[in-house]
Amino acid sequence: MKHVISAIVQNESGVLAHVAGMFAARGYNIDSLVVGRTEDERFSRMTIVVIGDDRILEQVRKQLEKLITVVRVRDFLGADCLLRDLMLIRVHALPDKRTEITSLVDLFRGRVVDVSKSSIMVELAGTEEKLEAFIDLVRPYGIRELARTGVIAMQRGQTTTSDNEEK
Amino acid sequence: MTKKTKKDDTKATNFSGMSGAKVFEKMLRDQGVEVLFGYPGGVLLPIFDELHDSKIKFILTRHEQGACHMADAYARSTGKTGTVIATSGPGATNLITGLATANMDSVPMVAITGQVKSSLIGNDAFQEADVTGITRPVTKHNFLVKDVKDLGRIIKEAFYIASSGRPGPVLVDIPVDATTALLDGEPDMEMALPGYKPRGGKGNERQIKLAAKAINDAERPVLYVGGGVILSGASDVLREVAIKGNIPTTTTLMGLGAFDESHPLSLKMLGMHGTAYANHAVQACDCLISVGARFEDRVTGDLTKFAPHAKIIHLDIDPASISKNVMVDIPLVGDAKCILEQMLPHIKDGKREAWIKQIDGWKKKFPLTYKAEGKIKPQEVCEMLGKLTDHDAIIATGVGQHQMWTAQFYGWKKPRQIITSGGLGTMGFGVPAAIGAQFGNPDKLVVDIDGDGSFSMTMVEIITSVQNNLPTKFIVLDNDYLGMVRQWQQLFYNKRYSATPHKCPDFTLIAKGFGAEARTVTDRSELEDAMKEMINSKGTYVLHVRVEPEENVFPMVAAGKALDDMIHGELI
Ligand SMILES: Cc1cc2nc3c(=O)[nH]c(=O)nc-3n(C[C@H](O)[C@H](O)[C@H](O)COP(=O)(O)OP(=O)(O)OC[C@H]3O[C@@H](n4cnc5c(N)ncnc54)[C@H](O)[C@@H]3O)c2cc1C
Ligand SMILES: Cc1ncc(C[n+]2csc(CCOP(=O)(O)OP(=O)(O)O)c2C)c(N)n1
Ligand SMILES: [Mg+2]
Repeated sequence: MKHVISAIVQNESGVLAHVAGMFAARGYNIDSLVVGRTEDERFSRMTIVVIGDDRILEQVRKQLEKLITVVRVRDFLGADCLLRDLMLIRVHALPDKRTEITSLVDLFRGRVVDVSKSSIMVELAGTEEKLEAFIDLVRPYGIRELARTGVIAMQRGQTTTSDNEEK
Repeated sequence: MTKKTKKDDTKATNFSGMSGAKVFEKMLRDQGVEVLFGYPGGVLLPIFDELHDSKIKFILTRHEQGACHMADAYARSTGKTGTVIATSGPGATNLITGLATANMDSVPMVAITGQVKSSLIGNDAFQEADVTGITRPVTKHNFLVKDVKDLGRIIKEAFYIASSGRPGPVLVDIPVDATTALLDGEPDMEMALPGYKPRGGKGNERQIKLAAKAINDAERPVLYVGGGVILSGASDVLREVAIKGNIPTTTTLMGLGAFDESHPLSLKMLGMHGTAYANHAVQACDCLISVGARFEDRVTGDLTKFAPHAKIIHLDIDPASISKNVMVDIPLVGDAKCILEQMLPHIKDGKREAWIKQIDGWKKKFPLTYKAEGKIKPQEVCEMLGKLTDHDAIIATGVGQHQMWTAQFYGWKKPRQIITSGGLGTMGFGVPAAIGAQFGNPDKLVVDIDGDGSFSMTMVEIITSVQNNLPTKFIVLDNDYLGMVRQWQQLFYNKRYSATPHKCPDFTLIAKGFGAEARTVTDRSELEDAMKEMINSKGTYVLHVRVEPEENVFPMVAAGKALDDMIHGELI
């Protein structure tokens, strides 16, 4: 089962090492990990996607909470939340194929952000599934390069992660 | 151990203009540090200059590992936080074994390391090591001090983290320039730990009632008690719970002394080398009440077959301990002492005659035994020491067979009596541990029961004992083998003793060279006299006992076997 865990951590050096080290030492595999600023400059948000059964995830969550520099932890599994992954992808596209590809881009509500003689670069955001579907469709044209940010998550409605007293 | 930081007079102090080294010395005293173990070096010169006429007693050891184990044992034997200091690079890396040892056994300790100048960090400077990087997995937390104005606050935070919640070692790495720099203005001493909310205190009343009901309903309950009870200071209320409910009680290696073994309800230690009656009781029980224990594999044997009939109640201060290895039916998160006190009034007087009778049957059928014939048996040394010291001494151990015999035969009465490396199993722990415990308990008899292999690793610290005029005693159970490993080779590798014969030097001669009194005993007839001589001696004493080389520790649950699938000695 895929779990999206969001952790509010102290914004200081060494925190990433604490988190990554804990995962490595306990043999938990990280699917993706995104670190970014939050509305409060003292804290950063780490969004971590981990695959594992509920029992393992329960341990991951508890071990994360145990880290001194981790302020709050929340597992988004089953929660009403938005998940977003951002991708830049360069597809092989000679002039005769460009319109075909750009219509796919439109269909997925992506954007063409760069065009060269033989390729175009597309920016696309959405759930991981949506990105995978797009990748599958453009694969026949030839994928030159691909970069993804990994998933970030936020709960819908009024509650904020900081409201959830998970500790 | 949920003590908050000690009395704090840092607010009244004027720090402005002080050097980092001065702040350091002052903060250590404010945290109640009386003894600091360690070893100097280049980057620590400013700090050692401050320590030179400080009230803090500095103990120079012969190796940083020794210093670290001493600070650890000082903490284990007193409940206070132990403190150790080492220089950058090799000094710091010499602490690693000691930090990992303390971390595994939840020991409150603060380690200070010197670091190269901040501007040189990351440059492969002379004696530079990435100490916060190396020690992260073996500490509860660590800090790198980047600015002298953070130093005081970080030291305060380090002591608080080390001693609160589930205790553990905390390391503070201090670049030399942070010790020479002068404070410009008053630093902010307020702790800033938004992510640290240690559990402790009381538990959830509803859960506690649920647990009490499960206990009252049980016909065959067992209390499985661990190191958490000792850390919490919960052994008095634990005894009350056990007696009120008539609940047989077993302890882990780390829990020895939390329940008086001379009490009829005591099952002594459980696990790989625990008593057969404890293991049978756990396997047969219908309610297992775990208090401050962590279901380690040396205790549970094959997890899938562990306590198959039991409803499991798990009391622990660390939520991550719960359902880590065994799925728990009723979790209780909080401090052992608080929760047992909450629970006691709900426990009904129990009789449980059939259960007690069944257990007494096991006790009669499977006693801990050995045959006092031929060469001196290591077991009889441990047993005799127990009798001669009225089961009241503080006993440190190395790791191996001698450690298990000590656990089985000394006869434990009180918490903080056994000082042993359980989780990491660190050979060489015994000698420095006894010394550290002695510094914390100057008036008590402290004895290290060691193996020839373990003793050889750190015996150099006997010098530290002698030079500080300590009355610490060291017994070496010399079996000419790395016995614990040899036992496995005998049982599972066709007696092929690869790398386990261990030829020893003349330990008495070495001990005398170090300045200690010493005696070698080879014959049973001399043993008691030699033990008494050791106990009555004034100074450091090394008693070298030549014991039966191929004696084995029984019972034994082989790796991966169910807890009641035990190998017994020939006498059962
Ligand atoms: C050669 C060798 C053989 C061994 N054989 C055995 C054996 O046969 N039997 C055996 O038992 N052990 C044996 N051990 C030791 C074993 O490896 C473990 O160290 C030991 O079993 C762990 O003890 P524990 O479960 O009490 O946990 P500890 O390591 O003492 O952990 C304490 C637990 O209590 C919790 N806690 C801390 N403070 C509090 C508080 N205030 N309130 C509530 N909970 C708290 C902690 O979170 C933790 O979960 C052996 C070790 C060696 C080296
Ligand atoms: C530092 C370290 N190295 C290796 C081991 C593995 N080991 C466990 S027990 C043991 C033998 C201990 O020998 P000794 O101290 O003589 O004790 P005995 O078992 O003979 O009583 C060894 C090598 C260990 N626990 N610690
Ligand atoms: Mg030996």
